[in-house]
Amino acid sequence: MPDDDQSLLERRADSAAPPHVPPQPLVLRINGAEHRLAVEPRVTLLDALREVLHLTGTKKGCDRGQCGACTVLVDGQRINACLTLAVMHDGREITTVEGLAREGEPHPMQQAFMDCDAFQCGYCTPGQVCSAVALLDEVKARQASMLTEGDQLAPGALSEDEIRERMSGNLCRCGAYPNIVKAIHHVVLRQAS
Amino acid sequence: MQSISYERARDVDHAIELARQPGTKFIGGGTNLLDLYKSGIERPLLLVDVSRLALAGIEELAGGGLRIGAMATNTAVATHPLVRRHYRLLSDALLNGATTQLRNMATVGGNLLQRTRCYYFTDPAFSHCNKREPGSGCDAIDGHQRIHAILGASPDCIATNPSDMSVALAALDAVVHLQGPDGARQVPIHDFHRLPEDRPQDDTVIKPGELITAVELPPSPFAQHAHYLKVRDRASYAFALVSVAVGLALDGDVVRDLRIVLGGVAHKPWRATAAEDALRGQALSALDDALLDKAGAAAVSGARPYPHNAFKVALAQRAVARALRTAAGMTGGAA
Repeated sequence: MPDDDQSLLERRADSAAPPHVPPQPLVLRINGAEHRLAVEPRVTLLDALREVLHLTGTKKGCDRGQCGACTVLVDGQRINACLTLAVMHDGREITTVEGLAREGEPHPMQQAFMDCDAFQCGYCTPGQVCSAVALLDEVKARQASMLTEGDQLAPGALSEDEIRERMSGNLCRCGAYPNIVKAIHHVVLRQAS
Repeated sequence: MQSISYERARDVDHAIELARQPGTKFIGGGTNLLDLYKSGIERPLLLVDVSRLALAGIEELAGGGLRIGAMATNTAVATHPLVRRHYRLLSDALLNGATTQLRNMATVGGNLLQRTRCYYFTDPAFSHCNKREPGSGCDAIDGHQRIHAILGASPDCIATNPSDMSVALAALDAVVHLQGPDGARQVPIHDFHRLPEDRPQDDTVIKPGELITAVELPPSPFAQHAHYLKVRDRASYAFALVSVAVGLALDGDVVRDLRIVLGGVAHKPWRATAAEDALRGQALSALDDALLDKAGAAAVSGARPYPHNAFKVALAQRAVARALRTAAGMTGGAA
């Protein structure tokens, strides 16, 4: 190969090579415990949880914010951990499915999922449960959804249509939806009474 | 996925200073940017995190109206008492989009810059996309154009803008506040998004290094009589095939002023001025099926559909009539 072509190839290889970005130190507060870690900025919160901290309760489904399997709570709000970078959450309070139980007792939402048989394969369940736990706080705060008529959600029980709308970011390929809605409805009713 | 550098901006000036480096993208919620990064469509070298800037406030303006910080999340805006009470159209449009998880992350600034969901843009397996690679062609024009534009498209691009929020903002005469290396400027929402023409790579008129700092809404005359109608393939969590934002300002029984803006039909929120003109000054009692159908037809005048999206013309026409009926408090009639 002539020298000129060789140098052209090298130049192309150079320009195509990804820039080296070293891992950055950060502190993630997860389920009440501080975790010091170092990850490249491109690492998503989901990958940091699963691959670095080995908190594998949070699941990777689509990795594109479409399925909700990776739902976690950040400062009490549910988000898709796959569409956010770990470095963006330095110092934030993160709750994963591993952090829902209290003193060895399942969270009421986890118990309701078991009581209502609200799953089949279980892969989407951690995301469903985290999402539903956040939903409880949103209902308490009387946050409106697309279906809410007034300025705020009316106090009292939430309709099943409202639950379905509010849970539309969590897919279940087994189609356990009827029992998922039932489980959430149980907990909402208990909290309202 | 290439590596990316990351800096967290301390304040707006710092963000703009950092963004002088080539290949910089601001990141707010990241929901659209990181999705496209994973496909290799967005290839930032440096992400400047603006999500913690003091730009998340929502406050009433002195002369009426509302200032919404660019870093306010879609949830914060949609559920804010002032927005629910005075700008219900905006709240409804936001709550009709995405999911709670995404709305909790997505910001107003990011929503304004949301890229198209044209499958030929979002899937790099298709090699011809003028929006992704200027000059490469358009696979959509001869492809499956079911979700594509019927109005304002060009031979270079038939993509649509996917934002629900922007459609409502257009009906509310919002003004986008920008700050960049050359100072601050304000752009009316109608001039913010572009038609594709021969530069489909530019979705908006934003300049390199400019940051959206806020959106301001004038006092709305449409608070009492407004409606956001979204027609889509699923009842929840789907982009609009067609959407309509309607606001009516009534003077007694007379439609003194109005806005009709369509989503899902063009590269930008499509203000249907001819349809507005057909109804301005009319008495509510005159808004019969014939007049509403006429307004609907005016809204899609000049439409140039493709084989797979021809249904959008009739759909948009009927959606306009139905949204008008709902906004006016009328029920029944053909939809």
